[in-house]
Amino acid sequence: MKLRFVLLALLAIGTFGGTAALLYAWESSIAPIDPRSLGALDRAVVRRGASLALLGDCATCHTAPGGPPYAGGLAMPTPFGTIYSTNITPDPETGIGRWSEQAFIRALRSGVDREGRHLYPAFPYDHFTRVSDDDTKALYAFFMSLDPVKSSAPPNELPFPLNVRLTLAGWKLLFLRRARFVADPSKDEKWNRGKYLVDGLGHCGACHSPRNLLGAEMKSAGFAGGEAEGWRAYALGRGSLSPVAWDEAALADYLARGSHPLHGTAQGPMANVVDNLSHVDPADVGAMAHYLASLGKGEGRNDAERAASGPGRFSQAAGAQAATPAIPSEPGGAIYATVCASCHDGDRPLPLGGLRLDLSTAVADATPVNLINLVVRGIPAAAGASAHPIMPGFGDVLDDRQVSDLASYLRTRFAGKQQWDGLTKAVAEARGGR
Amino acid sequence: MTTLIVNGDSRTIEASPDTPLLYVLRDELGLNAAKFGCGLGQCGACTVIVDGKAVFSCVTPVMVLEGRTVTTLEGIGSRDAPGPMQRAFIAEQAAQCGYCIPGMMMRAQALLNRDPHATDESIEAELQPHLCRCGTHMRILRAIRRAAEEMRPKTVEARTAR
Repeated sequence: MKLRFVLLALLAIGTFGGTAALLYAWESSIAPIDPRSLGALDRAVVRRGASLALLGDCATCHTAPGGPPYAGGLAMPTPFGTIYSTNITPDPETGIGRWSEQAFIRALRSGVDREGRHLYPAFPYDHFTRVSDDDTKALYAFFMSLDPVKSSAPPNELPFPLNVRLTLAGWKLLFLRRARFVADPSKDEKWNRGKYLVDGLGHCGACHSPRNLLGAEMKSAGFAGGEAEGWRAYALGRGSLSPVAWDEAALADYLARGSHPLHGTAQGPMANVVDNLSHVDPADVGAMAHYLASLGKGEGRNDAERAASGPGRFSQAAGAQAATPAIPSEPGGAIYATVCASCHDGDRPLPLGGLRLDLSTAVADATPVNLINLVVRGIPAAAGASAHPIMPGFGDVLDDRQVSDLASYLRTRFAGKQQWDGLTKAVAEARGGR
Repeated sequence: MTTLIVNGDSRTIEASPDTPLLYVLRDELGLNAAKFGCGLGQCGACTVIVDGKAVFSCVTPVMVLEGRTVTTLEGIGSRDAPGPMQRAFIAEQAAQCGYCIPGMMMRAQALLNRDPHATDESIEAELQPHLCRCGTHMRILRAIRRAAEEMRPKTVEARTAR
């Protein structure tokens, strides 16, 4: 009797709770529009939207390799499964052609599509929710101005229960704070502009911050370094492990040009970011650099010490083709001396001279991932950039053991830091992923 | 002293271990097919096959190749008995000045050894690291497609045709 009562009570609570959760999680559909009803778009607004789309790096995820821009279909591996980016061209059937402005705004701010389905947070609406009304509307105008492309993304590959989109309502309850950016009146306009772009559309923290077990950014460890598509996104600000401290000028230069003589070259997903930033208003890039510089400096040396550390101060022989000193007996040292030193330890100017490796964040960082990627893949030549660094990849020349020996030697000699844990495993993983 | 297996023969290399493979092949072993182009691993003229993979011999010191297998253009055919890749390049008249061609042939050979059914797209993508100033690119691609056809095992061909 008593047991039956308890069971009934539990069932009642369960039903009530379930219904409440369902009501909370449920999002309504927003009526489709006829794309022709939009009429002529304001060209100035569209242009501004185009620049904002570059700042937001939209094409990087919403374009499949070799596919038309913004037509989606890129496979994004996450710790939970593979998610495919969607088509955000205005195709009525497969894209966002039937989305009203209101539906677009809801997607960016609440992560819900026009039909009311929750979107996975691989789409960084936790950042885009901070974007202003005007900017969000300009983005909508830009996407609606594109040529429609008919293209459907493959279905996501996620295990149960993650494939049930309603579960995302719980994720949002825990981690999504829907709020526009609010300027800090104690700071100047440039700082506020920079923070608005970095935290909002730029969604820098999406890669540069660590994520918790549920895949949400850890706010307590903002910019403490994260991971993106097999690359390490370095810690920014006070947690930076760059051997040379970043300042505003260096950040502005790096973000606008993709490389800096004392810091090296943006590779991996960051290469797309800086490529996009090279086409936006330099004042916006400058504001981002200004804000990022205000986050503080890490363990790197200060500006005064920098003067003594320009590239090419190791080798005394001007113009030496390969001033290789005696080959060390240590395997990693021997590889450095014979394979790397002629570029990384000489006097050659860019693009032939490589970054001195005591300046390399890849060598000084907490994980060896980027160093391994660089050794294995090299740095491809960038179209139209004659002073851009280049490096052939050595993945087909050096075996796992040799890459590991080399990385271990570089770590000790150039960073003077404790050896990485799990280096051998990291090498095998980086090469297996090729 | 470094030991390499070059075109099937074990060779003991006299040159200092930091010498690039390209110089060893040309100066010590007299194998002149691989060419010096840029010396930076950016043009592809020096490409040879090491353990099945196309590598730039100009930036590869022999020291790191101890005991490995190197195949040069001389290893896939000769003037008197050209291999399928070489026959295809001759048939398509794919060389103009010819300086880049040995490297192109070696990377194409490595690709077809690995994937005899390589698509046009994968051939183009694979050849990306190679520069040709004469502009015979279309003929080069035709030659590689022709070589692929010739190299595919005929029995497989017949089976798929049925």
